[in-house]
Amino acid sequence: MRLLETVRIALRALRRNRLRSFLTALGIIIGVAAVIAMVAIGEGAKARVEQAFTAMGTNVLIVSSGAKTAGGVKVAAGTLPTLTWDDLKAIGAEVPGVRCVAPRLHATGQVVTEDQNWATLVTGTTPEFFEIRNWPIRLGAGITAEDVDAGAKTAVLGDTVAAHLFGASADPVGQMVRIQNVPFRVVGVADRKGQSPGGNDYDDVVYVPVSTFLAKIQGGLQSYIAGTIMVEVTADDQTAVVGARIAALLRDRHNIGAGADDDFTVKNLTETANRKEESTQALTLLLASIAAVSLVVGGIGIMNIMLVSVTERTREIGVRVAVGAKPRHILFQFLIESLALSVMGGLAGVALGLVAAERLALRFGWPMLVRPDVIALAVGFSALVGIGFGLYPAYKAARLDPIVALRYE
Amino acid sequence: MPIDRPALARPLIELRRVAKTYHLGEVEVNALRDVSLSIARGEFVAIMGASGSGKSTLMNIIGCLDRPTAGSYRLDGVEIARQSREALANLRNRGLGFVFQSFNLLPRTTALENVELPLIYGAVRARDRRRRARQALERVGLGDRVHHHPNQLSGGQQQRVAIARALVGEPKLVLADEPTGNLDSAASAEMMTLLRGLRDDGITLVLVTHEPDIAAYAERVIVFKDGLVCSDSAALVRDAAGAVRLEGGRA
Repeated sequence: MRLLETVRIALRALRRNRLRSFLTALGIIIGVAAVIAMVAIGEGAKARVEQAFTAMGTNVLIVSSGAKTAGGVKVAAGTLPTLTWDDLKAIGAEVPGVRCVAPRLHATGQVVTEDQNWATLVTGTTPEFFEIRNWPIRLGAGITAEDVDAGAKTAVLGDTVAAHLFGASADPVGQMVRIQNVPFRVVGVADRKGQSPGGNDYDDVVYVPVSTFLAKIQGGLQSYIAGTIMVEVTADDQTAVVGARIAALLRDRHNIGAGADDDFTVKNLTETANRKEESTQALTLLLASIAAVSLVVGGIGIMNIMLVSVTERTREIGVRVAVGAKPRHILFQFLIESLALSVMGGLAGVALGLVAAERLALRFGWPMLVRPDVIALAVGFSALVGIGFGLYPAYKAARLDPIVALRYE
Repeated sequence: MPIDRPALARPLIELRRVAKTYHLGEVEVNALRDVSLSIARGEFVAIMGASGSGKSTLMNIIGCLDRPTAGSYRLDGVEIARQSREALANLRNRGLGFVFQSFNLLPRTTALENVELPLIYGAVRARDRRRRARQALERVGLGDRVHHHPNQLSGGQQQRVAIARALVGEPKLVLADEPTGNLDSAASAEMMTLLRGLRDDGITLVLVTHEPDIAAYAERVIVFKDGLVCSDSAALVRDAAGAVRLEGGRA
């Protein structure tokens, strides 16, 4: 007998009990759908983290003041200004592997036009910042070295700020805005950057030359950098080494003796990104394994129904054997039945899982990421479940004594 | 197997000192004790006996569904006791047809597909299968019922579908186990006439029954008691003795 014939017989048997077949396959459908949706969620979350860290700029180190011990209590980074403008220059000039450095000073401030106003983050920096952050200017120009030297009152708006003050499609270049009552001329609008890993809007910001920031916005003590130093490293795999070099340089410059704590912090974004990615990876694995358990439960459902089916069809088996079916024909018939149940369930589960993944991606604003290897794995695993859990009932059917089977009531 | 004169002269069924013992827990049941008999080609034999006499066991052995515990059973010269399950399946598929008391048709399956069943396991191509199944149904007078399901057919019609299924593989031997047990007398008479007609095609027919009326259709009646042949006669109940002699001459 041909295999195709066995498949046909199995499919007919399933069609005869449509509702039961569907309910049996439901376990697998849900299991596979869950695996695919869960992995898609995990991948989506991972992709968002990656995207966010890429948006922050790759190969970036952030040096901030602080981490000073105050009576045994470690004060959070940045609370005590310890970095000087000379430190900034030294890092840029003396540390091998550093491509460029830029200061980043923040203040929250109200940005006002003639008829609108918007509270945002005002950041003073230098042209290198946009290079480090890998952040193009969408309209107009960026902050120039001349602006910094001259202390020019020019501003580059983040996309969100531009949209709120001038409308999403307007070109605000050349317009005037007032920041802390100081008039600034808008010279450019930065490209859209998206969200930070923490969920903050990167585009809700206004950039001004650092010299102007110090003179007009920050005020007060200015020998220390009341902010952070952004450092771009030449190569991806050098961030840790360069970070250590910067730390050594700063310890030397700040005269910190052996055994004493740093009075600064060097944050390695690549490391943070990797850690974050690892944790989402672990979460994905956890979700997928829980979903896989439901696949096994689905398999048990199949086994249960196949056992019922074998008992119900004992006479049919007897007749088939009497007219010349060999034990392997019976074995294959029932095995293919359970295989068909699980594979059809698996395919339906893939469809359901894709729909669910898409919905979830829309809901959470994640990219929809479905891995083909996960689909193949889920369908393959459900087929394996079908064979695994179908084997015993099929074996039982094949072993039936035809004489007993023919008289079975 | 060489086709020669002795092969043709040889009986189709040849049992020599066949015994069958079942173990039901610690109890040994001697279903067949010491049975020797032979049935010639084209014979129509009825096997009678009370329940527990061993007639069903004999039927299972003749039908290659079971193997004897001791003794020798040759079907068309082939020793059955030494065959594998696979080989027995092939023998049943090609050489035997079964008719059961309770019809044993597959439910929710058309008459045509029920009849096709043995051919599926005989690896006959789909188109040939359909043609042969249809012919078999026409032969039993159900040419207009091919697409009916068993529950749409009367008992007599269902049993005729079963006979068509037994015949579709062109067997040498048809075994009928109480084929009229679930039928009324009119349908029974019709059934027996149909079965007796198979002789004309040279088919050997072995029938198990406990009804003398039904056994009367046979040319020979073997009566079982306690696992032994109790009587074996050319039971000429109402039949013409001439028919027996004719068949004997052919064998």
